[in-house]
Amino acid sequence: MAEFKEISPNATATEKLVNWFDNRFPSAGSFYKDHMSGYYAPKNFNFWYFFGSLALLVLVIQIVTGIFLTMHYKPDAAVAFASVEYIMRDVPWGWLVRYMHSTGASAFFIVVYLHMFKGLIYGSYRKPRELVWIFGCTIFLVLMAEAFMGYLLPWGQMSYWGAQVIVNLFSAIPFIGPDLALLIRGDYVVSDATLNRFFSFHVIAVPLVLLGLVVAHILALHDVGSNNPDGVEIKGPNAPMDENGKPVDGIPFHPYYTVHDIFGVAVFLMVFSAIIFFAPELGGYFLEYNNFIPADSLKTPAHIAPVWYFTPYYSMLRAITSEMMYALIACVLLAAGFAILKSRMSVIGKAVVVVATLAAIALMLSIDAKFWGVLVMGGAVIILFFMPWLDKSPVKSIRYRPGWHKGMYGLFVLNFIVLAYLGTQPPSPVGERISQIGTLFYFGFFLLMPWWSRLGDFKPMPDRITFAAH
Amino acid sequence: MKKLILILAAAMGFATGAQAAGGEGIVWDKAPNNINDLQSLQHGAKLFVNYCLNCHSAAFMRFNRLTDIGLSEQQIKDNLLFGTTKIGETMKAAIDPRQAKEWFGANPPDLTLIARSRSGHGGTGADYLYTYLRTYYRDPTKATGWNNLAFPNVAMPHVLWELQGVREPQFDTESVHGHEMKVFKGWKQVSPGALTPLQYDQAVGDLVGYLQWMSEPAQSTRVRVGVWVLLFLGAFTAIAWRLNAAFWKDVH
Repeated sequence: MAEFKEISPNATATEKLVNWFDNRFPSAGSFYKDHMSGYYAPKNFNFWYFFGSLALLVLVIQIVTGIFLTMHYKPDAAVAFASVEYIMRDVPWGWLVRYMHSTGASAFFIVVYLHMFKGLIYGSYRKPRELVWIFGCTIFLVLMAEAFMGYLLPWGQMSYWGAQVIVNLFSAIPFIGPDLALLIRGDYVVSDATLNRFFSFHVIAVPLVLLGLVVAHILALHDVGSNNPDGVEIKGPNAPMDENGKPVDGIPFHPYYTVHDIFGVAVFLMVFSAIIFFAPELGGYFLEYNNFIPADSLKTPAHIAPVWYFTPYYSMLRAITSEMMYALIACVLLAAGFAILKSRMSVIGKAVVVVATLAAIALMLSIDAKFWGVLVMGGAVIILFFMPWLDKSPVKSIRYRPGWHKGMYGLFVLNFIVLAYLGTQPPSPVGERISQIGTLFYFGFFLLMPWWSRLGDFKPMPDRITFAAH
Repeated sequence: MKKLILILAAAMGFATGAQAAGGEGIVWDKAPNNINDLQSLQHGAKLFVNYCLNCHSAAFMRFNRLTDIGLSEQQIKDNLLFGTTKIGETMKAAIDPRQAKEWFGANPPDLTLIARSRSGHGGTGADYLYTYLRTYYRDPTKATGWNNLAFPNVAMPHVLWELQGVREPQFDTESVHGHEMKVFKGWKQVSPGALTPLQYDQAVGDLVGYLQWMSEPAQSTRVRVGVWVLLFLGAFTAIAWRLNAAFWKDVH
């Protein structure tokens, strides 16, 4: 047990109260010190560093509005759609809560994508922050599951057919696929059983996992300390410390970054509210028009598109046609040839490569392209987990990398946006070709990173962070 | 790099261009904005109850919500309720759905949200409805005797024909890139209706305005509240900005 602290009888009532609690619940005080007042963050955070706290804000918005929606929503295929309209019309301020939740879903992805981009350009996944990054990628993956299941709940046409299309993807997995899809749906088609289990996952199972991961993400971050736009460690062995052993280039998170983040929150809420109050459908991207028609298992919509935040991956899925498989096989052959000719492997090692390549090609030719499309779609997310080991550049931050590296990241973002756009459109021959090139670029960007990330003229890294007083 | 971006951009333009050309149907007219015009909305509600509610329902719309567009409960009871319908009930179709299916080959869709669900690349759902209700023409090859330019082979006959009269679309054949194409040139009034063309457009505008209002009765409240929320957030942002500056001014 911690030492019981006595306090002077002349202390103020507030001090006595604080001491009373501190003697009985010291964890609260040390938590506040470890994560707020005593957590030193680099001084030089810029615009990109708003999105972590904003993601937390959106998470809270989603949980609170979700609780109120659950009070009125009915997870029953016969009345689900009507219950959402009941919320929109008869529940006082129900329309506001619903729009906050539907806009919050899209805002979550915008904020998280920008947060991830920050990590990419400043090398925030590099040693010793690998686990911070991996927890973050897992949050992203779980968030996708959460959004996908939540989208079924309004039980509109897009809810229904979107779920139908995505769950059917699982049936493309050889051997276990059909049974797996059946297990997910709980029925042979998306039905009341599916709605009930998705509701259960959406309101409790997945949010619990999400919250646990968010805690792990922040604890791990605070253990290793935040990275910054210069990629220079402020708590390393060579970093300057003041007489109290605090980093000179750091500043207590509270009050400096709390007050900073409040400003970020204010600006974010302006944009968020502008959408909620003036354009809650956002041109059919945040609320798809077709989803205002109740689900009808007999009427397939002419064009089924997932919500915008899934469309880059959806594009990659559609890009994998049986024609595209030949391009992928060529890539595998090229990689294998390179490994055999250029690496210093033993003969046995080279033989293993040859056998593995032949086996891979045999599988690629024999299994339906749809399965490989599913694999590509999943791989597009999974590959992010490996960033800490793919990036071999001698510096962390984009600031000190060669100019053309910035171009590569710019192109990566452009490619991601093009893929996202194509995923919202009905399939077309030209769109298919572009998405195939985009898919190859997306994976090439990551898989070739161990080579290209070391090339070029790197700028010298400063010893200390660069910070100009405001 | 720049070249690659340009090529990508050009290819995108080409892809979307091909998309637009592939779309069917005609260009939607812009619907008048009547969402804040209570008199127009009330007239639209009357048209809706008299002409649409016979076959279509508005299953999520309660009659007493019409108080939002300036009608008193007594007015609603006297003018818009039929039979034993109570004022707190939702709008049900007069027709038996099974009978409707027999007559029209399709169940008339619920209209509560039609103005939202029909939005698309061509414009808002209101634009679509405004175009659709004004592009009916006689077509003896159809079972109902009617066809529609915005919704080809539509199952619904022209319910408002007594108001509009009978019209016929005029086409020209033009040669575009060597292909013979039918190009819509305008309308010819075959027989007059109870309303002049101008009055008819106005009536349809009222009806569509009502449908638009009904699809989200809270929309005017939403915008009104939104203005205050943004004003508050504007002030809050200014304070947060200065507060942040005050804390950071001594950080070097």
